[in-house]
Amino acid sequence: MHYVEQILPSLISGTGMTLSIFFWTIIIAIPLGILVGLGMTTRFKPLTWIINIYVWLMRGTPLLLQLIFVFYGLPIIGVVFQRYDAALFAFILNYTAYFAEIFRGGLQAIPNGQYESARVLRLTNWQTLRKIVIPQVVKIVLPSIGNEVINLVKDSSLVYVIGLGDLLRAGNVAMARDVTLLPMLLVGVIYLLLTAVCTLILKRLEKHYSYWR
Amino acid sequence: MLELKGITKKFDGKTILDQIDLTVPDGQILTIVGPSGAGKTTLLRCISGLASVDSGSFLLDGVAFDPATNRDNDAVIGVVFQDFQLFPNLTVLQNVTLAPTMVLKKSGSEAEQEARKLLKQLNLEGKADLFPYELSGGQKQRVAIVRALAMHPKLLCYDEPTSALDPDLRREVEQIILDLKQEGMTQIVVTHDMPFAESIADQMLRVEPKA
Repeated sequence: MHYVEQILPSLISGTGMTLSIFFWTIIIAIPLGILVGLGMTTRFKPLTWIINIYVWLMRGTPLLLQLIFVFYGLPIIGVVFQRYDAALFAFILNYTAYFAEIFRGGLQAIPNGQYESARVLRLTNWQTLRKIVIPQVVKIVLPSIGNEVINLVKDSSLVYVIGLGDLLRAGNVAMARDVTLLPMLLVGVIYLLLTAVCTLILKRLEKHYSYWR
Repeated sequence: MLELKGITKKFDGKTILDQIDLTVPDGQILTIVGPSGAGKTTLLRCISGLASVDSGSFLLDGVAFDPATNRDNDAVIGVVFQDFQLFPNLTVLQNVTLAPTMVLKKSGSEAEQEARKLLKQLNLEGKADLFPYELSGGQKQRVAIVRALAMHPKLLCYDEPTSALDPDLRREVEQIILDLKQEGMTQIVVTHDMPFAESIADQMLRVEPKA
């Protein structure tokens, strides 16, 4: 018990880094994902073409590799990021691609008749999007978004590769120093707590949207 | 009064509507009948502005207008879709008041008052706070009619209004259409149900598939 008290502060500070990456990625990548997802459904071919290449790159290579490229690769062409900014940049790029694909699917699930029905009622495109389309899309995509959110909690551990001190790294350091698995066990418990909270919030959200079918 | 002059519509070079001329006087009912694939629904989509025409012109009360681009709120053409297309995320009341508040800029209370009056008139009292999934087919259709009426359309179009209904409800929608006629509403009804078309029509347009 004494040992746990000893290593807990460093694990908690690592959790801070994990949460910071997690929240900023969610806050920025979800709205960006909506925009990019909307872009994928336009009829403007050059735009959809560019977005498809972007999504293909982001989903087609490991996030670990993307982190390394952003931090060690971009400076070669003169773009230098601090470690933390590099991590956030890579995470946002990567998760935006996944979110965009999810939102595209959600947008395409809305029947054309809904748009036509809004059109004969003289609603503008923006009004249709805001009052009819987005509320329906949110309900459709919530379970898939939830999946990605849970993944993100765990993916954030990849930032160790560019030398950031997150939860997993804090546990790793303690394990190597004290030659015991106990820190890793604690790390596992903390991840489980974090994902449990996410799961709970997502369940609540799904329930909130279950008032209509 | 709605007038169509020489309306022609093509899809991929195939002529669907060929030089359609017709006049619907105010307060009358026009039924458009014909076999599947004859272009009935296409004609309705052209009149309601959901499809563009290749040639021909439309006149509403003697004034030329293009349904596909017309944004004049005094010249709304209402549509009751075959599958109703109510907004599933909104209550019955919200479905009806959405466009009057957002497009006609009515106050919430004014729009609600009017919506409740129309709901009552179409026997939907007590349904205002339900969601579309909680309604029967006939109720959904009546909500769709109320939603269209709330925009004070010059003209109300129905696409196959009896196709999803059993015989009892067919008589009911027939009665609704005739009641609206009594109130002076001009209506166009696309249907392949001949007895229904004959019993409501002032004028009947038969469209035939083009060879």
